[in-house]
Amino acid sequence: MAVQKFITGNFYDEAVLFPAVKKVRRGGYKIHEVFTPFPIHGLDKAMGLRDTSLHTAGFIYAITGTATAVGFITWALTVDWQINFGGKPFFALPAWIPITFELTVLFAAVGMVLTFCYLCQLAPFVRKDHFNLRSTDDTFVLVLECTDKTNDAEAMSFLQSIGGQDVQVQYKETGWWLGRYDKDTKRFERKAEAAH
Amino acid sequence: MTIRENYIVPKRFNTIAFTLMVIGLLTIVGLYATHGSKEDPIAQARFWGSLLQNSVYFLLVVNAAMFFICATTLAWGGWQMSFRRVAEAVSACVPVVGTICGVILLLICFGGNHEIFHWTDAEHVKHDKILSFKAGFLNKGFFAAMTVATIVLWSLLGWKMRKLSRSIDDKPLNVEESKKYIWKNTVWAAVYIIVFSLTVMSSIPWLWLMSIDAHWYSTMYSWYTFASTFVAGVALITLFVVFLKNNNYLELTNEEHLHDLGKFMFAFSVFWTYLWFSQFMLIWYANIPEETTYFKPRAQGIYSGIFWLMFIINFLAPLLILMRRGAKRNYTTVTFMALLIIFGHWLDFFQMVFPGHQKDKVPMMLWDFGVALGFVGLIMFLTGRALSKSPLLAKNHPFIKESVIHHT
Repeated sequence: MAVQKFITGNFYDEAVLFPAVKKVRRGGYKIHEVFTPFPIHGLDKAMGLRDTSLHTAGFIYAITGTATAVGFITWALTVDWQINFGGKPFFALPAWIPITFELTVLFAAVGMVLTFCYLCQLAPFVRKDHFNLRSTDDTFVLVLECTDKTNDAEAMSFLQSIGGQDVQVQYKETGWWLGRYDKDTKRFERKAEAAH
Repeated sequence: MTIRENYIVPKRFNTIAFTLMVIGLLTIVGLYATHGSKEDPIAQARFWGSLLQNSVYFLLVVNAAMFFICATTLAWGGWQMSFRRVAEAVSACVPVVGTICGVILLLICFGGNHEIFHWTDAEHVKHDKILSFKAGFLNKGFFAAMTVATIVLWSLLGWKMRKLSRSIDDKPLNVEESKKYIWKNTVWAAVYIIVFSLTVMSSIPWLWLMSIDAHWYSTMYSWYTFASTFVAGVALITLFVVFLKNNNYLELTNEEHLHDLGKFMFAFSVFWTYLWFSQFMLIWYANIPEETTYFKPRAQGIYSGIFWLMFIINFLAPLLILMRRGAKRNYTTVTFMALLIIFGHWLDFFQMVFPGHQKDKVPMMLWDFGVALGFVGLIMFLTGRALSKSPLLAKNHPFIKESVIHHT
């Protein structure tokens, strides 16, 4: 877990945010993330994020579900315990379709939820730093990643010049940790270490 | 960006349309000479069945375009607004195709051939317990009245919706007027949907198609027919959208809109399969002879080849090919799939119409395909004419911006 330096700026309007994102990318800065209280259409494209692979994962889970259902029912009803249902053949595929469908959906749904939680690092007791509480309320927070070579003052004035307000330098834990926001003090100690 | 509002029908487009119509007419004449004029009632039924299959299929497909408009209007959707005029133009075929279809249906009903509609034979019905029980619904008078009323109502309400859409082309609306306009649209769309649900989604497929197998019945039949025609209708709208895009019209429609049309095609292909299978599985499971007669020739008998082809075209291909996001945003893939879906559901209608009276051998499908080409030409001509009559963009519609900035 590393503590890293970031520069954050608040934006109050999508019409300012979109050109700002473009200018930041053109200016050669690396965007860590843009935090918004609600999804903004087209922002992912403007930020140049790649499409998520969650769908591919979902497809694989679904195929697994289909295979599990068909495989298990076939084994159970044709090999392990043959039962004659109203003179139907033991391999009675139409009757199994509903179960196959349900298992496909179940595997895909559960698998995708868990994968989503893993990708977003969401779980009970898992915490992450956030940069500005107002990103859950009414402003968009654009966060730039800094390296050793970044000139703080230059980056801050750049962010201000493209419409960012309340521009700050922040030191944050980039990974997740177990604990509570109000009781946990460890991360602030680390921040002090990294500051000098 | 300049917007080319007025569509001019290219000469070649109309030449192709008329050529197809001539092919269709020649096929009908040929089919009449070889089958329709024969003494044998089954050969006659083969001729009328071909007309029935094609006219009903293409009528329901073009009518699905108006359903698409009304359903999205009722949901206060905005995304379809940039190409809404295309769907309107497709639905403008309803009066003409409807008249043709109505004439064919009435000719079959009153024409004296009882092979297609057994219940029109009064002598036979007297001795047939099931048919005499159903006579309150399946009789010539009710059939004719329903057919005429339905086609007139679809045409009138569709005309009203199109007129509402055109009425604001020359005058921008202020906020109050916009609210009133949207409300008016919503009310008329709701009226159309009610008529639609009482016809396509319930009674009309029972009368026009299910009554070919008059002893058999299924309450899901109409829903399944609706799913079939709706997915083909969306495919038809998509084809015209792609065609206009290729000719540098519809500047505001882009791959975001295409993506949503692709989603519709994907979703309703699966929906159709779901309904077909739900209808099949219960009957297969219960295994009652008077119910299984419907599926025996279609899924296991001489028509099973067409059934499996249809299963691949209408279910497996859309499911696997249209699943990826990239495929739904690719003009070539979507065009190919739209053509495939329209053909696949035409096969589905073939399966609905022919096994009921052509029990000994599968009729040669090339004849029916020729007739289908005639209808395709007619729809091309009528849609092209409707497109050129009004601007391609409903530019004063209050929701137009939603469509311009649409993002999936």
